[in-house]
Amino acid sequence: MTSTVTSSSAVAANRSTAKPTLLSIRNVAKTFGRNVVLRNISLEIAEGEFLTILGESGSGKTTLLRIIAGFESATSGELWMGAERLDQQPPYRRRVNTVFQHYALFPHLTVEQNVGYGLRVAKRPEAEVAQRVAEALDKVKMTAFAKSKPSKISGGQQQRVALARALVNRPRLLLLDEPLSALDANLRRQMQVELKSLQREVGIAFVFVTHDQEEAMVMSDRIALLRSGELEQVATPREIYSQPDTAYVAQFIGHTNLLKGNIRNSVAQCGSLSWSSSLSEGPALFSLRPEHIRLANAGASPRSVRVRGRIVHQAFHGATELIRVACADGLVLVVRTAGENALKNESEVELEFSADDAIPVRESPERI
Amino acid sequence: MFSRAYKTIVTVPPLLWVAVFLLVPYLLMFCYSFWSVSPAQVIVRSWNFENYRELLQKPVYWQTLLRSMWIAARVTLFSLLLGYPLAYFLSFYASKRKDLLYQLVIIPLWVSYLVRAYAWKTILGSEGVLNTLLQYVHLTSHPLDFFLYSPFAVVLTLTHIYTPFTFLPIYAALEHIPRNLVEASQDLGATPPQTFWKVIFPLSISGVLAGATFAFVLSLGDFLAPLLLGGPSGIMISNIVVSLFGAAYNWPLGAAISLCMLLLVVSLLFLSERLEKKWSFS
Repeated sequence: MTSTVTSSSAVAANRSTAKPTLLSIRNVAKTFGRNVVLRNISLEIAEGEFLTILGESGSGKTTLLRIIAGFESATSGELWMGAERLDQQPPYRRRVNTVFQHYALFPHLTVEQNVGYGLRVAKRPEAEVAQRVAEALDKVKMTAFAKSKPSKISGGQQQRVALARALVNRPRLLLLDEPLSALDANLRRQMQVELKSLQREVGIAFVFVTHDQEEAMVMSDRIALLRSGELEQVATPREIYSQPDTAYVAQFIGHTNLLKGNIRNSVAQCGSLSWSSSLSEGPALFSLRPEHIRLANAGASPRSVRVRGRIVHQAFHGATELIRVACADGLVLVVRTAGENALKNESEVELEFSADDAIPVRESPERI
Repeated sequence: MFSRAYKTIVTVPPLLWVAVFLLVPYLLMFCYSFWSVSPAQVIVRSWNFENYRELLQKPVYWQTLLRSMWIAARVTLFSLLLGYPLAYFLSFYASKRKDLLYQLVIIPLWVSYLVRAYAWKTILGSEGVLNTLLQYVHLTSHPLDFFLYSPFAVVLTLTHIYTPFTFLPIYAALEHIPRNLVEASQDLGATPPQTFWKVIFPLSISGVLAGATFAFVLSLGDFLAPLLLGGPSGIMISNIVVSLFGAAYNWPLGAAISLCMLLLVVSLLFLSERLEKKWSFS
């Protein structure tokens, strides 16, 4: 598993393979005055796909979503939905609906009227409106609150209503702007599961924006990681975790140890650590996940790299424990061990990892 | 948290102020409205309903009241028709020039009422700007005198004076509408006019009600504009009150009219507050 992720496969990941493309984002850029928010974004979203746009605050993820919805116009680039140029349509002509961060339910309308809003402005017959609204409310289990005003229901319930209000219009694409960020942790986990199963059930493509990498991992078919307005990597959660393209991706998704070193004469040398490597000569950077490092035992495998160190910090998580081990020449490794190991702080340990688990990554260039 | 002495010092002066300058005069007015004036022009403090009977029997009073209400209603309508689009434009489309335009709307409020009323006199009068212009372009050969000293002049002047009063609460209500509601409406397929009528307007009704109340109540009780620009046909109820308390020297009848007006205005304020509550969502 030491194969380098080439740039061509990274490009291929921007296209989804199996299903036909629903929305194609082509070279989209956005600037506000001198401030470059997005540059050169190209991304294809497949029918029925759950795509997450993941990024820190200020990475431009909400701007990208607003460009798809039509609330912002791209400075350059195009949006295509099938044969239709989407970015030249006003928001009310796009078959795209949005679940807003703070739900944006109409306070003067009841839950039922909120959900029926889209159908009523489209002048659907009242009988059809009533039936589809009832179905949508049933789907999100909010039938009992049909006559309530949004101010009288809880955040989680408002969330469901916002979802029903968007889905009742049968959009081709649903955009979700950090819809779970206002909920508390438990409700949030529950909604993640519900949202995902709802998405499978209705089969509509979801573009989900979040800054929470765990949420992205749990829910998505693919994750598009945005950094300072550029796509850093687009891949399935598994790929992006196990084959990060860059040091930034490796650090943003889960914990990792970044090992900086050199390749010389087919040997990778990172401080006191070394292993044989088939990579090309020169400086190299490796990502080594904490769970790939273990306490050394007697029988060593041929590809294993061993190092001794002292435990300097422990963080107990229940099933696992994250320990920091200070090794020779200032190298500190984060190691995930089983929680029941009950290691003592300051104790000496010997660690080992397989050289194959040290994934070469590109340095992430500084961006302004 | 605060000592008893401190609370007393802080609350007593304003209460005293209200009592001396508001409650006592109203009480006196209430009493006067049941008294009468003798032929020798002396106030007779004998309690009776004569003044109220006179108000009901003489058509001039309630006709003037009705005309005042009709003028106030027109002022309200025109102030809303001017104030709403202005507030809407400022709130939604002015972006960078918002503060400047807002100040421009507010500045006329700093100019004396009398100056603004007189300004219309110089515009509408027979030697005024409007007539000079009309003669200059030969639309008319002699000055038209129906502009000034008419209900029209009163409505025009009061509309000019009270439009900022309708603008302010409407602007405040529009500014309070979360912009993501407008986006949500568009997102759900509503065209801009649909978004306006289904989301923006309903959410601004509380401001419209507040503005309408200001314009109606303030112009209903106005006496300067009709005095300066109204002429005989533009007389309003307050002009009658003024003359009753002045030249006519019939304080009891003046007090009775004032009391009726007070009741009318207070019930209007009460009604508008109820309606505003019904239309406020937060």
